[in-house]
Amino acid sequence: MSDFSKHDAIQSPRLIKSLRYPVPAGSEITPEAVYLNRRALLGMMGAGLASVALPEESKAASKIEPLAAQKNAKFLPPSDPPTDIKLATSYNNYYEFGTSKSAPAREAESLTVRPWTVEVTGEVMKPRRIDLEELMRLQLEERIYRFRCVEAWSMVVPWIGFEFRQLAALVEPTSKAKYVRFTTVARPEEMSGLRAKLPSLDWPYTDGLRMDEAMHPLTLMVVGMYGQTLPNQNGAPLRLMVPWKYGFKNVKSIVKIEFLEKQPEGSWTKAASNEYGFYSNVNPQVDHPRWSQKRERLLPALFASRETELFNGYGEQVASLYAGMNLRFNY
Amino acid sequence: MDAVSPPSKAPFSLTQRLDEALKQPKLVRVLKLMLFVACLWPMVEPPLHLYLDPLALGANPAEHIIRDWGDWALQLLLLTLLVTPLRLWLGVGGLLRFRRMLGLFAFAALCLHVLAYLGFDRFFIWDEIWADLLKRPFITLGMIGFVLLLALALTSSRAMVLRLGGALWTRIHKLIYPAAILAVIHYWLMVKRDVTEPLLYACLLFMLLAARLPQVRPWLKKRRS
Repeated sequence: MSDFSKHDAIQSPRLIKSLRYPVPAGSEITPEAVYLNRRALLGMMGAGLASVALPEESKAASKIEPLAAQKNAKFLPPSDPPTDIKLATSYNNYYEFGTSKSAPAREAESLTVRPWTVEVTGEVMKPRRIDLEELMRLQLEERIYRFRCVEAWSMVVPWIGFEFRQLAALVEPTSKAKYVRFTTVARPEEMSGLRAKLPSLDWPYTDGLRMDEAMHPLTLMVVGMYGQTLPNQNGAPLRLMVPWKYGFKNVKSIVKIEFLEKQPEGSWTKAASNEYGFYSNVNPQVDHPRWSQKRERLLPALFASRETELFNGYGEQVASLYAGMNLRFNY
Repeated sequence: MDAVSPPSKAPFSLTQRLDEALKQPKLVRVLKLMLFVACLWPMVEPPLHLYLDPLALGANPAEHIIRDWGDWALQLLLLTLLVTPLRLWLGVGGLLRFRRMLGLFAFAALCLHVLAYLGFDRFFIWDEIWADLLKRPFITLGMIGFVLLLALALTSSRAMVLRLGGALWTRIHKLIYPAAILAVIHYWLMVKRDVTEPLLYACLLFMLLAARLPQVRPWLKKRRS
């Protein structure tokens, strides 16, 4: 018997409650103070003051531009307001810039994100290199997604991006395309983590999805957050966002997308396959070997008091993808 | 020359003068007070910082605090273990007067570390904690280390030394060695990928333990002259 059935996911009262997506008040959707702070900061930069007061933030901010996108009201989180932008942009796992959470915000500005092209290849009719500017002209929208890290912390982030299906349509995948692999840029001269004597992971960073997961309307290619283009530490200029999977599946700074016939192996799976599986769907019933996944700390809360939901609360939309699968085995 | 013998007629070296100074109770009291504040501050600072500015510790203040307290407990434990080699090397017997305070502060920081884990991470849900203890080696080993150091802390008073007798007391307090080894392994197993820091602690601990080998002790003493 499988540990999971479609029936469980649909009937769970907690899931149903979480999927109602009530619309929060305007002040909840957009942390106004955050925008105002950012504007004040940009203003200060003009006056040349920020470089004295806040050198790091001002330099990082200089590359970030406002980015307008239609808000998609379907994708508002159940109840929690978005995480403070300061926290979402200063607490990042991006091992190419060091293994601490604070390193990427410090180190990632050395990455050149313009110009940027993505090589889209593999089992497709029209393999091509696509310029970022072309992708920016696709149908962009803002969606507020829950973000659940495998380390048992979570955030709520307003992403700006387009559905992966739009990109797939540009290259026309063939019937042989069963999986998609995403690859992060690897530039030792710009990424301090790649110059480390003991490499923390096997570079370049890759991870993949099953074709139906990639083509799911929830799967987003992200180019911005909080009404701006992506900061480098968050994976500029283009990253993946699959909200029902653990954070590490969301490959950052993507330079290559391959449509494949065989299941690819991600960097973390390669590093520790017993801890990080191919699916890595958020699941409170399947613990990480070294820690429990039952609850999570919604940052910046002190207590890890939030109960983690199956598929990170997106069960209604994605549970059918895994009907009949044993999720304890296919972790 | 032994640490407790009277000073020679030769001009005092710095360490000899330190040895003499540490025989003055008043000075020792002042130094102990300074050490007390120095040991206490890193325990108080993170929560105080958070209280004054909710964003000061970044996005995950609980993790920050748990790790700060764990780091400080481990560092104080290694400092406690440094007292004996340093005493042998410098020939300053009076250093021993500070060892108990270092050890007790290591335990105090450890108590905060454990308490923060139980509360912040596990939300005081005891069956989850119990499951954690059984299932996760780094938690299991950490907790064993905590129990060992609890035994040391409970028998740290002068009265307990007298009650247990020197030989037994010494034997009990050798448990600091396995406790320190467990602490480093606990840290090592906790990190996801980058073991640089645990490796550093492992090297330091190795040196501190090696300094206690009968082959090394005389060499340490000889360095003094």
